[in-house]
Amino acid sequence: MSFISVFEVLGPNMIGPSSSHTAGAAAIAFLAQKMLAETVEEVDFILYGSFAKTYHGHGTDRALLGGIMGFNTEDERIRDSFELADAKGLTYSFSVDEEEKEVHPNTVDIRMTGTSGRKMTVRGESIGGGKVQITRMNSVKIHFTGEYSAVIVTHQDRPGVASHITKCLSDREVNIAYMRLFREDKGKTAYTIVESDGALPSEVAAEIQKNPYVSEVVVVEP
Amino acid sequence: MYEFDCAKDMLGLCEKYELPISALMYRRELEGTEAGEEEIDGKMSRALEIMKHAAHSPIIQPKKSMNGLLGGEAQKLDALYQTGKAPCGDLVSRGITYAMAVLEVNASMGLIVAAPTAGSAGIVPGTLLALQEIYGLSDDALLSGLYNAGAIGYLAMRNATVAGAVGGCQAEVGVASAMAASAMTELMGGTPRMCAAAASTVLQNMLGLVCDPVGGFVEYPCQNRNAAGVANAMVASELALAGIPQLIPLDEMMDAMYKVGKRIPPELRETALGGCATTPSACASCQGGCAGN
Repeated sequence: MSFISVFEVLGPNMIGPSSSHTAGAAAIAFLAQKMLAETVEEVDFILYGSFAKTYHGHGTDRALLGGIMGFNTEDERIRDSFELADAKGLTYSFSVDEEEKEVHPNTVDIRMTGTSGRKMTVRGESIGGGKVQITRMNSVKIHFTGEYSAVIVTHQDRPGVASHITKCLSDREVNIAYMRLFREDKGKTAYTIVESDGALPSEVAAEIQKNPYVSEVVVVEP
Repeated sequence: MYEFDCAKDMLGLCEKYELPISALMYRRELEGTEAGEEEIDGKMSRALEIMKHAAHSPIIQPKKSMNGLLGGEAQKLDALYQTGKAPCGDLVSRGITYAMAVLEVNASMGLIVAAPTAGSAGIVPGTLLALQEIYGLSDDALLSGLYNAGAIGYLAMRNATVAGAVGGCQAEVGVASAMAASAMTELMGGTPRMCAAAASTVLQNMLGLVCDPVGGFVEYPCQNRNAAGVANAMVASELALAGIPQLIPLDEMMDAMYKVGKRIPPELRETALGGCATTPSACASCQGGCAGN
């Protein structure tokens, strides 16, 4: 069993009212905008399960919108996120999907467009006590929690890419905690997510980018 | 060296190293994470600071909750206390005021510390801040109290549950109250064994409490139960400090609480399909916004 810290008992520090419906929602959207790696200009939230039923009363909508603007779970601006989003000119919408049953009870899909026109859709699940996981990136099933420093590499599913990534990291003495490759079909777009102990060196993204099959590298620090 | 996985081992380590529960828990944290003393101390001081703010701000400025079921309770309790006619006495009166204040902040999208959950976040700060005010305890004493409370909450997370959806309100308010009882016992000069006895007493006294929030929201009766959690903690601590031993050790009560929780029907575990949530008045207040009704 992994270590349970006293700050998991007395924590998270959070904007209420619910760790799963408010803090978890903010955490998912916060991670999503980090994965997009640019300011979000337009966002659609599709809510499932319990999120779909009770999102307004738990402030799930405000928390999601706050997270997308880069507010963390203890940022008191979350309460005013509609007004702040309007002032920033952020376009947003919320819709519910109560037909889909094959999802975790607290699930949201976030469709984002950034200032450069970059688009990304992620699916997040709030799994209790403020803990979250990202389970889908565009159409590919992934697993990502944001608890560790991570690098997310978008690449073609070709031989040698994974060893290139690990070499870039080992050359800089990065200790890999987890490394996983996610793909839809053989030879098509794949995502490799590497989570490390401790912060990642700043030049690592540019190094990984040098491989011809790599199209994008995003570093996400916790 | 300092890791423990049950109350029995925790008490054994306290005796072996001659430490109170709070100091053992602090050393366990240092040992189990990469963080140093400075980072850990900073985090716990920040938690206490958030707790204090949440416990005091609604007395001055009441806030209406998201769903309109709460707002102004802490200010009313404070007004009664200021008349000098609060019948429960100073300690209980201040404790319940602060506990209800924290839930008011939580329900109006303010900043709180889950302790161990958002719905039970008022009990630990309510109890500790009342002790500070009435008995003149220092902030350092309160920080120790938080580590002590954290030890009991950790055991519940590890060996039972603190989720209302899994174990009912006894797992949230019950555990928070057990945490507060243990912390209070240490701060009032009790031994580690007395702390564990106080926590065990609370779990006995709150055994079977269901989770039945009106409309499915963390508002009502959650706030009332946070006040009750403070009173329960104080009662249990006084029993322990008087030297009354408990037949049932804390580990066995954690196990009993968990087993009872799993036998509580789903309608009474945070689904708003029974209990307070389905009374005619609760349903009328919901105006069709109820989850699943």
